[in-house]
Amino acid sequence: MKQSLFEHQHQAEWQAFNAQLEAIERGKADSQQCKAFAANYRSLCQHLALAQSRGYSSHLIEQLQLLAMRGHQQFYRHRSPLGAQLLGFILAGFPRLVRAEWRFVVVASLLFFGSLLLMGTLVYHFPDLVYGVMATDQVGEMEKMYDPDARRIGRFSERDSGDDWMMFGYYIMNNIGIAFQTFASGLLFGLGSLFFLLFNGLMIGAVAGHLTQIGYGETFWSFVIGHGSFELTAIALAGAAGLKLGWALLVPGRLPRGEALRIAAGISVRLVGGVIVFLLLAAFIEAYWSSMDLASPAIKYAVGAGLWLLVLAYLLLAGRGAHAPD
Amino acid sequence: MSPTPTPASVAARPLLDTRYKVETPEGIDLILRPAGVVPRALAFSIDLLIRGALLGALFAVLALLGQFGMGLGTILLFLVTWWYMVLFEVLNQGRSPGKQMMGLRVIHDDGTPIGWTASLTRNLLRFVDILPFGYTLGILSCLNHPAFKRLGDIAAGTLVVYRDNAPAAPELPQAEPIRAPFSMSLSEQRALLSFAERAQSLSSARRQELASILAEPLQVPAELAEQQIHGIARGLLGPT
Repeated sequence: MKQSLFEHQHQAEWQAFNAQLEAIERGKADSQQCKAFAANYRSLCQHLALAQSRGYSSHLIEQLQLLAMRGHQQFYRHRSPLGAQLLGFILAGFPRLVRAEWRFVVVASLLFFGSLLLMGTLVYHFPDLVYGVMATDQVGEMEKMYDPDARRIGRFSERDSGDDWMMFGYYIMNNIGIAFQTFASGLLFGLGSLFFLLFNGLMIGAVAGHLTQIGYGETFWSFVIGHGSFELTAIALAGAAGLKLGWALLVPGRLPRGEALRIAAGISVRLVGGVIVFLLLAAFIEAYWSSMDLASPAIKYAVGAGLWLLVLAYLLLAGRGAHAPD
Repeated sequence: MSPTPTPASVAARPLLDTRYKVETPEGIDLILRPAGVVPRALAFSIDLLIRGALLGALFAVLALLGQFGMGLGTILLFLVTWWYMVLFEVLNQGRSPGKQMMGLRVIHDDGTPIGWTASLTRNLLRFVDILPFGYTLGILSCLNHPAFKRLGDIAAGTLVVYRDNAPAAPELPQAEPIRAPFSMSLSEQRALLSFAERAQSLSSARRQELASILAEPLQVPAELAEQQIHGIARGLLGPT
């Protein structure tokens, strides 16, 4: 068949398909209009294949290719119910994922909590060590924040309840930023995640050890124990996700490095999704519960311990059943 | 010095081409054109300006609300810093405003529209592409990769491509349709048709030069070869 005849026969179809595509791209297509879309797309692909195998002109082929490309974009659009997916992920998917990646989680947790505890103990017994990791004025600021004589405690001691909003924003920005950095820098063969895990572990450990040693322990621990459950676990998990990226580059197995990285990134970014949820919770707790001075330290310790147990139980036990919870 | 390549070795080697072919389940090839460093950098700069202006305006308004406003502002800053690209890419068919202006689009490697996971990955790993300063790693990776991917793109399996616009219908030169005096392969047919379609954009001297290559097999004098080729092209298109 000559090209002009072919064009003449199908031109109307292509124009109709083009109009349909435009409607869908603008999101204004009604369901009636979309009914024939799959069939139209298929027949367009057939026309393109025919045009190519018959050696028709570049202009016609380019035109059909463009239509096929646009059709492909609309046809393979992944539209899944985001809300349901998110709920399923939080209820079961995330803890399952954490358990499936337990090797990285254990390593990251050991690095982070290990360095934290070690530094804390060291500073507690050798107080001068704190000046090895922090500048003198930074230490002074920390002391001021958790001074038992201050009316309210937290990162900004002089504040009233109207500031809770400001702190909530600050915690989100700061903590999620740190978690994202810990994850992303894992791409540098895992070194970045390693650095951020150890660095944050050492800093937090030094502060904790120092404040306990100088007798501010009660204000400090009662403040941090509540949100620490979510926040510290989240940092460790972000580190685990970053280490997974680096490990895929170092030990790609039988795959090419790029491919191994792509697969690892697909999994670890879901871990980061869970980390974001954790940090939002932590920021909420830190702004509205930890800084509240109505509750006595005993209550705060009890609630904090409860939250730690909750986090552990969630990560270890949730989503073990085969079915979604009713 | 390497020896001059013979025609045979030229034909055997694939042509130097940045186009990226994706075979779809429908059995056709999608031809994608990955975008290089410069248009992408421009698109990013546009996005950066838009974000800056947006935050500036927001903070000016929110500063009036005091502490509450500052808290809201910080949350917005967080959203704009980390989520601006992700939200636009996923909800606006792979186009942030900057990309839209530069005629670019982000898609998966297999040509399908970008989803949440891939978009989040490529935009979180932007943090590494920026290192050690001014997108050094990203630019190096981009310049080294056959499909111009930065590190985030490699990890996320995404591709930044040009959005093609419909080509304008070419005007074929007037000629009497004739049959070719010899049988032609598909690529030869395409070549003759392309010559006729592109005739408008070539100078007459260049047209003459190209057409005279075929003067001998067409068995016409060199100056008539062009007209002859146009005739064959017309003959391929329509009734002879």
